[in-house]
Amino acid sequence: MVCATTFENVTVIATESLSKRFPRVTALDRLSLDIGPGVTGLVGANGAGKSTLIKILLGLSPATEGTAAVLGLDVATSGGAIREQVGYMPEHDALPPDVSATEFVVHMARMSGLPPTAARERTADTLRHVGLYEERYRPIGGYSTGMKQRVKLAQALVHDPKLVLLDEPTNGLDPVGRDEMLGLIRRVYTDFGISVLVTSHLLGELERTCDHVVVVDGGKLLRSSSTSDFTQTTATLAVEVTDSDAHPDGTRALREALTAAGATLHARGEDGLPGAGHILLVEATGEETYDLVRDTVAGLGIGLVRMEQRRHRIAEVFRAGTGTDAHAASDAEAAREPFAAVQQKGGGRDGV
Amino acid sequence: MASDLTTPPGTDPTRIHNIGYRSYDGPRLGRAYARRSLFSQSLRGAYGLGRSAKSKVLPMILFAVMCLVAAIIVAVAVATPGMTDLPLEYTRYAIVMQAVIGLYLASQAPQSVSRDLRFKTVPLYFSRPVERVDYVLAKYAAMASALFILTATPLVILYAGALLAEFDFADQTKAFAQGLVSVALLSVLFAGLGLVMAALTPRRGFGVAAVIAVLTISYGAVSTVQVIAWEQGSTGAVEWLGLFSPLTLIDGVQTAFLGAASAFPGGEGPSAGSGVVYLLAVLALILGSYAVLMRRYRKVGL
Repeated sequence: MVCATTFENVTVIATESLSKRFPRVTALDRLSLDIGPGVTGLVGANGAGKSTLIKILLGLSPATEGTAAVLGLDVATSGGAIREQVGYMPEHDALPPDVSATEFVVHMARMSGLPPTAARERTADTLRHVGLYEERYRPIGGYSTGMKQRVKLAQALVHDPKLVLLDEPTNGLDPVGRDEMLGLIRRVYTDFGISVLVTSHLLGELERTCDHVVVVDGGKLLRSSSTSDFTQTTATLAVEVTDSDAHPDGTRALREALTAAGATLHARGEDGLPGAGHILLVEATGEETYDLVRDTVAGLGIGLVRMEQRRHRIAEVFRAGTGTDAHAASDAEAAREPFAAVQQKGGGRDGV
Repeated sequence: MASDLTTPPGTDPTRIHNIGYRSYDGPRLGRAYARRSLFSQSLRGAYGLGRSAKSKVLPMILFAVMCLVAAIIVAVAVATPGMTDLPLEYTRYAIVMQAVIGLYLASQAPQSVSRDLRFKTVPLYFSRPVERVDYVLAKYAAMASALFILTATPLVILYAGALLAEFDFADQTKAFAQGLVSVALLSVLFAGLGLVMAALTPRRGFGVAAVIAVLTISYGAVSTVQVIAWEQGSTGAVEWLGLFSPLTLIDGVQTAFLGAASAFPGGEGPSAGSGVVYLLAVLALILGSYAVLMRRYRKVGL
């Protein structure tokens, strides 16, 4: 029913001035989103409105104002049809300990409307795809956190949805488990062709996984752009040089020379880090910046120790305004003044 | 384990994986099917089927006890010469066996609903086509059916025995039918009360205690007070006191409408007139249980 036409329109989730107000809290405030196929990260501090948004998208909670559509279906009127084609992985534990993963996922597949035989086949397939093998016949109670997360993911995928909503899937995992889960999420889209909306309060882990990142805070949209925008538009060059007899302070000489040549330098770039004061951060506007640095260094007759591209991590963007990371703040302040200002307010309220 | 997830196929010869993702184009059977599936899964679960061996023990023992007592009664009836009727009425059986029924409900109602609440599985249901009303109806119907199987099977044994002993066919069939109606009503009423108790207490142990308290203690209290009232000669009070425990409610209804001899002291069961009040009370409790369950699950949605 929904099939091809929806994907041609390239909109998986669309919200228009979506608001949700509770008596004392505004959970969502005129949120307008347009999310296409792919892996989309929904980032916000705890209480930013992520879970409320998921509830509305599943058609389980009416919006106070505005509209939302999932896979081209209106959440207000077609909740059942949406839930048939969407998978949901909750943030909290949701698994009974006394049944095996196989039994549990088969049951959940049937709850999604799959006939008994199909439910069993899909369960076996899905559990294998999320990386559960022999252990799937053992009671879930004996599983590690990582395995439980895989079962939760499997139950969200078992009915071959067109979209999965993953609420904090990396919560409680160790770094290795986190990486595995993120890789798995990436595969859900690249190998299975299922679009993903994944929430997290950690931006860093989403930058490798997501095509697109949406940042919400206090129920408002802070930023929505592709991951590459977040990380590449503000590429910075880190340059370190030696001193020479003619220039006892090579770094300073280079800074003056580059400034004279018109390059933008980040003044307090590496404060507080090892080598601070010896590294210059130069904003790269293109190929010519590299040439400029090379020629300037050569002209001064000092040695170039290194020149490397320092990609901004979107984590820095997010942390920029909260004031917890001076380095990132100063790094980002010029480019993202307005963003930082809004973020500051939200960060304080949520007590991140 | 998962490192091989990112390994390209063929690089790890010890395992076959990544045969590719297959999408599902088959039928999706929707809400009604999901509701039926949940019903059958819950009904089977109420007898430990599809669960661990340990969880089969108690329900199966209780079921066996219910049937065994009926079989003994049948054996007595068949073996004793000159009997023209079963030594125990069909409608009386559930009342005599109330402790077993109470124990069964106390053990199975919490496993049916408390587990989903305690382990927060409920949101996984409601993120699917299943809706709150489907979930509550399926769970309620499954519990009522499980109780009906527990209470009606011994009646079938009694009836078969009565036919074997060549008691009067018409009499026996009528009494058997009345007995079935009575246990059906009892099953629905008890299932509702049991599920409400269990759903309000996510801890399984509390659920068990609450169900036993409501069924057994209320019956004990009511019948004690009834005896005191009867001995003091206030037979009118006996009739109305029966409204205050689930089992005496059923007793009252079947005395008034199903030709049963009351188990109230002195056989002072309600007449057809006050029987209507009993029937209304039973219906109100059933609807009330349903409403409370619906309310309970509104909060745990997601």
